[in-house]
Amino acid sequence: MIGIYLIAAFSIALALFLNRNKIVTFALLGSFLILQGALTFHAFFNFHSTEWSYFTYDSLAILLLGTLFIISIPAVIHSHIYLNDQPAPLESRAIYYGAIVLLLTAISAGYLSNHIAVTWIFTEITTLSASALIYHHRNKLALEGTWKYVFICAISITFVFIGILFLSLSLEHAGSDDLSFKSLIANKARLNPFWLRLSFLFIFTGFTAKLGLVPMFTAGIDAKDKAPAPAGALLSSVLMNLGFVGIFRFYIVVANTPLHHWANLVIGIAAFLSVFVATVYMIKVKNIKRMFAYSGIEHMGLVMLGVAAGGVGYYAAILHIILHALVKSGMFFQFTQLYRVFQNKSIYHVGNYFKYNPAGAMVLLLGFISVTAMPPSGMFVSEFLIFRSLFEAHQFVLLVIVLLLLTMIIWAFGKNILKILFVPPVGFDDSHVPVISAWESSSQFFLFALAVYLGLNPPTEFVQLIKESVMLLPI
Amino acid sequence: MIDVLLITFIITLFYIAIANRMLTYLKVLAFQGVLLFVVVFIQLNEINPVNLALILLETIVFKSVAVPLFMAYVLKRNNITREAEPFLPNFVSLIITTLIVVVTILLANGVKDDHLEKIFFVVALSSLFTGLYFIATRRKIITHVIGYLIIENGVFVLSLAVGNEMPMLVNLGIMLDIFASVLILGIFLNKIGDVFKDVNVDQLSSLKDF
Repeated sequence: MIGIYLIAAFSIALALFLNRNKIVTFALLGSFLILQGALTFHAFFNFHSTEWSYFTYDSLAILLLGTLFIISIPAVIHSHIYLNDQPAPLESRAIYYGAIVLLLTAISAGYLSNHIAVTWIFTEITTLSASALIYHHRNKLALEGTWKYVFICAISITFVFIGILFLSLSLEHAGSDDLSFKSLIANKARLNPFWLRLSFLFIFTGFTAKLGLVPMFTAGIDAKDKAPAPAGALLSSVLMNLGFVGIFRFYIVVANTPLHHWANLVIGIAAFLSVFVATVYMIKVKNIKRMFAYSGIEHMGLVMLGVAAGGVGYYAAILHIILHALVKSGMFFQFTQLYRVFQNKSIYHVGNYFKYNPAGAMVLLLGFISVTAMPPSGMFVSEFLIFRSLFEAHQFVLLVIVLLLLTMIIWAFGKNILKILFVPPVGFDDSHVPVISAWESSSQFFLFALAVYLGLNPPTEFVQLIKESVMLLPI
Repeated sequence: MIDVLLITFIITLFYIAIANRMLTYLKVLAFQGVLLFVVVFIQLNEINPVNLALILLETIVFKSVAVPLFMAYVLKRNNITREAEPFLPNFVSLIITTLIVVVTILLANGVKDDHLEKIFFVVALSSLFTGLYFIATRRKIITHVIGYLIIENGVFVLSLAVGNEMPMLVNLGIMLDIFASVLILGIFLNKIGDVFKDVNVDQLSSLKDF
């Protein structure tokens, strides 16, 4: 199936690049969504089987593939709405759709890969397709964003490669040359610690560009700001999850060696700094899209804090990353409509959104509640579990500081969102405000509701899958 | 013999730290490509013809001919000034590069490993950090690209060190090199030169939070 999927998806992407006909584009996008769904269900029914020797349908991959499939449908629909509203030349339209399909394909394959070099290759492909999306508007600012993203990602991908080289040195001490995660875990006792340490540092630093963690988070912020909002939704949800997969699968290996404690320290420092940096920027930021992007940095910091704390934190981290993807992509989808009303993304020039688009305003309000993890948001549960894991790991000082920072984030986020929703903007001429159908917000309501459901009342299979993906970690 | 070549590689790093003209950088890059080719030829003990062709393509054709020629073309087309305009004086650059090399040698001396010849490790890490330093202290965007290419050369040396056991990794490294360079240079060819006339990093600061 994975062979059929890759070949078919790459040919659909190619066809979308070449095609200029609207009806054919619909047909191609529809067939891609069907293909994506088929892969997800195939993965579910062929649990634990391996195909093409490099792709395994394991529990983490199935969870994230399901999330990706759920997000990809509204992403395509909102891309269509976006491109209808902001007419682009046929050529950039074609490139946009082709790049979306290529991005989703590369991310799916990256989730499924059981070999660190294969994950790395597909991460490289996501850089290519994401840069095409960021450059969609073909202007100076978009170029700046693209250049920064490509350059930082090129350096971070080189870092991951250096890490893989060190890992191979470490593995040679175990007398093996198989870099799959399975073989790494099997050889855990004989890996050379010095090279493993260097390798972890480089691989972790490299993947932070995709995950959105200190030190390499900067490029992702510009990218999510300049990319069209439906593409930004993918960059800040499923692509971040790919970075998580890269780090987490390797972390499982390291956690089974004597370096476990040291790796936790590295991850913990990076995670805490991310929350801190996100707070600083959230207080200052006036660009709505960048605000959403910085909130993503904060959540990834929390996820990695959960991983570093261990125990129930592992479970919470996986749950949190799935819920975050659902909620954050919903916020980005909503941004397209907000922009259509105000034609501006600075908080100074928007306001009183309830008057112009009540359904959309409800989405923003619910999204705010979800993203800041207030009950009944599903993320409340995962954040609560992360804090409990920090508590159980006896990190009281850290816990208090993080809670203080989160309070500041809620304050800054709330201040801005309430301004958008209720305070009338100064000097805004509302005679040309378009009427926006409430149907366009339905997908966001669905995503938020799903996040609440999965957080508060998770189905047993879902819990089982999460438990299985953290099974190999020591308690 | 390999030692001599790799030490020459480190000397090119010193040279690039004090060089002033853009064209000199390109010549040094081309020279590094030739050095890498000879190192590959001696280091990898069993090379099949396909692999040899690939490595030849990568080092000689790509690293020493295509990329420098292309960058010279970009320089000329965009009328980029020939001076590199570093933020720091060359003397400081030289000292910092020396420090980088000394520290990597000290680090390498701490490593006890039969699987890795230390000199590969030293060369790879010094060019990695020199490249990063180079990116941080030069003003032009195109010098950032040169810094990135220096890093890539260092990574190539490192991949050769493990290449006899895992030839796949050398090929992966080559793939990374070509893919990333084409992506970066492709943006350069198409756009950056046309949109930003005199390409300094100062112009790349309009993306702000408010």
